[in-house]
Amino acid sequence: MLHSEIVIIGAGPAGLCAAISAAKQGATVALLERDEFLGGQLVKQTHMFFGSKKQYASVRGIDIAPLLEKEIKGLPNISVFLNSTVLGYYEDGVLLFEQNGKAKKIKPARMIVATGAAEKVLPFPNNDLPGVYGAGAVQTLMNVHGVKPAKRVLMVGAGNIGLIVSYQLLQAGVEVAGVIEAAPYIGGYLVHAAKIRRSGVPILTSHTIKAALGDRAVEGAIIQQLDEKWQPITGTERTLEVDAICLAVGLTPLVEILWQAGCQMKYVPQLGGHVPIRNQFNETSVPGIFVAGDASGVEEASSAMLEGALAGMEASASLGYRSEDFDLIKQDILAQLESLRSGPTGEKIRTGLAQLV
Amino acid sequence: MIGCKASASLPPLPELNKGGIVMRISEHPILNFAKGRKVKFVFNGKEMEGYEGEPIAAALHAAGVREFKESPHHHRPRGFYCAIGNCSSCLMKVNGEPNVRVCVEKLEEGMIVETQKGKGEISAAQ
Repeated sequence: MLHSEIVIIGAGPAGLCAAISAAKQGATVALLERDEFLGGQLVKQTHMFFGSKKQYASVRGIDIAPLLEKEIKGLPNISVFLNSTVLGYYEDGVLLFEQNGKAKKIKPARMIVATGAAEKVLPFPNNDLPGVYGAGAVQTLMNVHGVKPAKRVLMVGAGNIGLIVSYQLLQAGVEVAGVIEAAPYIGGYLVHAAKIRRSGVPILTSHTIKAALGDRAVEGAIIQQLDEKWQPITGTERTLEVDAICLAVGLTPLVEILWQAGCQMKYVPQLGGHVPIRNQFNETSVPGIFVAGDASGVEEASSAMLEGALAGMEASASLGYRSEDFDLIKQDILAQLESLRSGPTGEKIRTGLAQLV
Repeated sequence: MIGCKASASLPPLPELNKGGIVMRISEHPILNFAKGRKVKFVFNGKEMEGYEGEPIAAALHAAGVREFKESPHHHRPRGFYCAIGNCSSCLMKVNGEPNVRVCVEKLEEGMIVETQKGKGEISAAQ
């Protein structure tokens, strides 16, 4: 049995920042990551981040991960467990995880769940054919492994992920037949939309996918226009010859471990699905269990990093670790989160959080 | 609707590896891909090449293979979906072991990779 004051599950942006902030306060931290590297989904994000300088604005996600990793390595009270998949949380407060084929147990005094999110799917005929891929998966395949997912892609969803991955497909030398979006407007930032439109890729709002075509793999897609009530308009069907259909239809929080731990959960569509009820410092209804990043509601990496830092501070404070400047740092994090979530783009998140916190 | 016409008629898709289409990205404005050494592996009895340490799924994709498994009930083809070891769409038989998530399993020299049919049997030896 291993012991650690704070165990953090997931070493993406939220988990890394949680580990750094908790360790800086003085707590001992065990960071469990199922992949063999730190950084989570930052490792495939070649675009520059928005926000302010403190949140790594204008830095590419792929360059943020090494910066955080360096900080982690400089803190001797953090133990990193790579290739470690958490399998379950038991009534006696023991976490079971698998590392390189071996089952291991760890008992934390506090736990921060930063497990992230998974891509949603969309129901349509033939959506199980090879060639129907998650947009994030395509990003991994081309940006991490240098392999093109297909020759010509239809992107479904014009939120930030759909727009950014479309642009990255073009950068990788893949044709994008078009981006379709069921809503009558583009959900993502218009700066991304403008980039791909300038490259000649059409963005069709009020359009959906009717079916994927193909026998053993995707050979095409039928798209269709929607009316103002989101109903398909007969006669507007068009067939596109594509060999992949990318789904960028949102993410859903990975919260299995929180369900298992008995945290009170709530379905909040604005946050992507079931999320834990929590206080404004990210502690769930089970004392000592915190949540941060997409697992607490799908948002973005900048806010995930801040939530992680906040949860890390709170968890260490509850163990008696409190630096002199604790309140100053905490107020600064809260102010940054508020600023990130301000304005019209933050409305959805604010509405979602209002149902939880 | 902006650009509606542009997608109305697309040229036919070029054939893989014949019309100059190569699935490996050779030039990228931002990224360089550090690859391991080239290794040989076997897919359904056929010898293939990939790079050591990359996910098996990436090597198969680069070779134009997209069908990884057959669904247990309706026998439909399934492939890559999430790339993070989460969705179980890409389970294959690797070196005789079923249910290997090839989107995260690393390619090694001489691996025997097979399309998985059904739920996969675990032999007594394992």
